[in-house]
Formats: sequence, structure tokens, C-alpha cells
Amino acid sequence: MTSTDPALNDSYRWRRFATRGLRTEGSAVVIAVCLWALTGRAFGVMLVYSVCISTMCWLFIDGGRGIVASWTKAKPPHDRSVASRWPGWKWMLAIIVVGGLLGFTVGNEIANRLTGLDSPGPFNADSRQMLFVLVMALVPALTITYFFQSREVIATQRAEVETAQRQAAEQQLKLLESQLEPHMLFNTLANLRVLIGVDPARAQHMLDQLIAFLRASLAGSRASLHSLDAEFARLRDYLALMQIRMGARLSTRFELPPELAAAQLPPLLLQPLVENSIKHGLEPHVVGGRIDVSAAREGDVLVLRVRDSGAGLADAAGGYEGYGLAHVRERLATLYGERASFTLAPAGDAEGGTLATIRMPFETARNGSSNGVPP
Amino acid sequence: MKASAIIAEDEPLLAEGLRGELAALWPELEIVAVAGDGEAAVAQALARRPDIVFLDIRMPGMSGLEAAQALAEDWPDHEGAFPLLVFVTAYDQYALQAFERAAIDYLLKPVQQARLESTVKRLQAALAARSGTSPANELGTMVERLRGLLGATAGAVPVVDAGEALSVLQVGVGNAIHMVRIDDVVYFEAADKYVRVITASREHLIRTSLRELVPRLDARQFWQIHRSTVVRADAITSAEREESGRVTLKLKLQGRPEKLVVSRLYAHRFKAM
Repeated sequence: MTSTDPALNDSYRWRRFATRGLRTEGSAVVIAVCLWALTGRAFGVMLVYSVCISTMCWLFIDGGRGIVASWTKAKPPHDRSVASRWPGWKWMLAIIVVGGLLGFTVGNEIANRLTGLDSPGPFNADSRQMLFVLVMALVPALTITYFFQSREVIATQRAEVETAQRQAAEQQLKLLESQLEPHMLFNTLANLRVLIGVDPARAQHMLDQLIAFLRASLAGSRASLHSLDAEFARLRDYLALMQIRMGARLSTRFELPPELAAAQLPPLLLQPLVENSIKHGLEPHVVGGRIDVSAAREGDVLVLRVRDSGAGLADAAGGYEGYGLAHVRERLATLYGERASFTLAPAGDAEGGTLATIRMPFETARNGSSNGVPP
Repeated sequence: MKASAIIAEDEPLLAEGLRGELAALWPELEIVAVAGDGEAAVAQALARRPDIVFLDIRMPGMSGLEAAQALAEDWPDHEGAFPLLVFVTAYDQYALQAFERAAIDYLLKPVQQARLESTVKRLQAALAARSGTSPANELGTMVERLRGLLGATAGAVPVVDAGEALSVLQVGVGNAIHMVRIDDVVYFEAADKYVRVITASREHLIRTSLRELVPRLDARQFWQIHRSTVVRADAITSAEREESGRVTLKLKLQGRPEKLVVSRLYAHRFKAM
């Protein structure tokens, strides 16, 4: 992700540096026009002085900003990335004064050489001239710095929004990929193909379950909440498909007390847990095993458990903590924050296997959840 | 043409389905066993010596590819021709290209009749051509192909750079963790869910599979010589080729008479320069 983020890219940083340079030259022309109008002196001369001094001021200020920022390791305000380095306004004011004076002196000297005139620099002029010079150098420097700084903030924010949008789309795709895993899909279709020949009625039933599973997977992530009843129905469809495939190697048990049927939860929250139990618990286990899905209420807390009697955490090749589980944690954290928790542990009895437990607020559609949009 | 076959498939309906389709296309083909996992498939194949083995790739325990390797390593030298292998898979983007390259037959699930028919014709032609050649040659060709296949599929797994390879093994002994330098290891041997780590002075057990360990080793330093043995090349004193073609290794292990057997899949690594 980070390597493709445009805001962190070197060439992006150089492009922005060049843009700032061009804008500086633009404002130099504007200043020249103002001076020409105010003083009535030759425009060409005003332009040479304005361009030389502006360029030098910009180089000293922008360069100084970069150097100081890399010392202080500070970041632009409102920005968690390191897109453009910003040392903070306190440092920046000092840089503008020093950089402005230095830039003015050097720029003025260059312009003197170019035009053959002898305009005094800030250090060899009388006090009135000095004041004029300081105002002429520092007001534009401050204004331009403020302008660039705001542009950087806006650009960084835009880049951040784009990155967030892309990440969300990638998340969605990854979730879908994990649910519609090709192995699962083609093996299911292969079973269906055989069933059509030997038991058309069962084949039809299996196809209905596959359709329900596909519909839920494709639409599931869009609805924000649904009932525990609906959740269990989806898990039943999925496990029924798996049972046709695995035969006697898979048995299932569901426990949903009727008073909990209306409890609200994000759709297919338990799906990755059941998939994990199949993939890491039962599939590698030659003898197979059982999956228990249960719901219970402890006061205001809804406790959901997915337990398998499979290979167990330690033996699961590749580990249980894949994308699916990270997704479960993330969804719980976004919706319920501290009020929800997720644990994965050895089942801790003679049967062995793994137990996944979700604790989350018990909410029904009627009593209205704080963040719930009823389906 | 009469022939015998074993089907290795963990999904019962699919095994039955394949049996049914084969019965229709090739009535004289006798399915002598159906195995639900890789280990059972190897055991059945060694016991029944079928002409053909259909191997599902994803199976519990040993995968189809691992079963093929085990079969090629354990097949007795002079008894009967090595079976023709047909891999069956629902989806394996890497493996399919590897099968093509190694000229090993494969079927995609759901298995379609036209495809199965052409596979059956190919198998019949191969069996007919077999009667002319000796079993040893057959085995040689198959080993050659499997070598290509296993090498090719291993290439799909990222192999660590020498810099990222394991340098120290953390071995649990009671409540303590012993740090074993990887350079002190003479060889690794798979032992069920564990790996035995043999150093010059002692032996440890680590709780990992050889399959997971191998990608974390520097392949130039550690050579796989058998599906269950990986040896440090430096620790080998000599390799001896017996009359039967079997290669055994002598190791720099003082006071231990150990000799390691090199499986026929890896025997080609030991040749004079």
C-alpha cells in the first residue's frame, strides 16, 4: 500500500517543488507590476530585481523548511503521512525572516550585477529604506508561504481521501475473494454436477443453498446490520454445502435460543470464523470433525461462539490469523469500539480444536441501536 | 483394454462421480480402491500396484503432490511398472502450467466428459506403449517428470534470500529455550508433526513441519535429499551409489554410523564433477 501511495512518492515531492517554483516566478511578475505602478521606474529593471529576489527568497525559505523539517522530523499539520515536510509555524517564521533577508541580499546582488545598477541591500541602506525593503521582502514571503502551506495541506488531504477510498475498495474485493474462493466454488459445482445425475431433487436443493450463499456474499457487506436469525440461516446454507462436499467428515450443530433471533449484528460476521474452522480445523484433519455455532446472552452482552473439533491452533499450517479474522476484528472495532471483543483460543477440552468467541452489545432492531440502520 | 486404477479424492460424491464416468467411458478399467486422503492413497497404491492413480491435489494430511512424491520415492525397484498419474484439481493456477511443462496429465473439476474421454484415450495409448519397455525405464521417465513438476511448483513458493534465511533455531527444552545455530545442524528429519534436528553433539525436536521449515532455509546450504530429510551439504563426506542405483550419504558425525538414503527424486544431485 505505502509504496503506491502518491503522497509518499519522491517524484511526487519533486513535482510539487517545481510547481511551487513556477508559482513563485508568477508572483514575482505580479510584484514587479506593483512596483512599476508604485514607483514609475522602468518595468524591465523592476522585473529583473523582483525575479532575482523572489527566486532567492523562495530557494532559501523552501530549502530552509526542508532542512529544518528533516532535523525536527515534524510533519505537515493535519497530516499523518510524510508527504511534504513542514517544521511548524514557529520554525517557519524564523526561516522566513532569515531566509527572506538572505534571499533579498543575494537576489539584490545578482540583480545589481545583471542591470549594472546599485540598489542597496537590506544591510547597507538607511533605516527608512531598510523598513521598505523588509516589508517588500517579508510580506510576499509570508503570504506565499501561507498560500503554499494551505495548498500542501489540501493536496495531502485529497491524496489521503483517495488512498482511503482505494483501500476500502480493495478491502471489499478481498472479502469477496475470500468468500468466493475458487476452490470452494468449483468443488461445490463439481459436487452439484455429480448430484444432478444421481439425485436431481437433492441437486436442486443444493443449488438453492448455493444461490442463497452467493446472494448473501455478494450483497452482505452492503447492508449494515441484520438479525441473528438471518445470520444463522446463511451459515446453515454454507455448512450444508460443505457437508455435501465433505460427507461424514463434517457434522454441524446450531444453537440459537428463540429470544435471541432478533438480535442485530453486521451481516456475515461469523462467516469467516466458520470458513476458518473448515479450512484450518477440519479440512487438514483426516477424520474431519464437528462445528458448533451458538449464541447466548449474558446481560447486555451477546456472546457468539464458533467452535470446531479440528486440528487446533498450533497445528494449523499457515496459522488461523488470516485476512478473514482481521476483517472480523476490524468490523467489530468500527461498529462497537471497546464494547466488543474477539478471541480465538484452543477449545480447552478433551475434544480439542479451536474456539472463537465474539462478545458484542445485545441490540434488537426494536430497541434501536445507536449505530443501527435496520435492514 | 483391461487395466486397474485407484481414485484418491476426499470428497465422497466426487469420487463416486469419477468412478461412474470412468465406468461409462472405459468399462474394462477396474477401480481397485478409493482413498480419502494422501497417505491412504500411497498405502493403497503400494499394496495394489495399479496401472493408474487419479490424485486430487487438495486432500487432508498429505496433498496429492506430496502423495506422488512419496509414491515415487517408495516404489520398489524391480516390481511392476510405476502407475500413470492423473492429477485432479478444482483450481490451481500455478500447478496447471507445471503439469503442462512436465507432460503430466491433469483434470479440472468439475470434470467434463469430453476432457475425461481424451484423458482416457491418452492413458490407453500410454499403457499400450508400455508393454514394450522395461518397468525400470518407466520409473525413470516418471521420476524425471515428477522432478520437473515438484521443482516447478516449488518455484511458485517464495524462497528466502540467503540474508533472510533462518540463522538460529529456538528449541524448547522443558522450560528453557535452547538456541541452536543453523550452521551446527547436520540434518533435519521429519517426524510426524515435528522435525528432528540433528547436530554433531545432540538431537532436538522442533514443533514445525519440514514443509514449513524448508522454505526458510538457505537452499544452497541445505539440500533436500528425501521428502523427509534435509541435509547440510557441508556435512556430507561422501555419496555412494549402490548397484541398485540407490544413493547413500556418509556424514561428518563422529561416533555415529548414520547413513542417509537419497531418494530417487534427488539422486541426480550427486554426480562427480
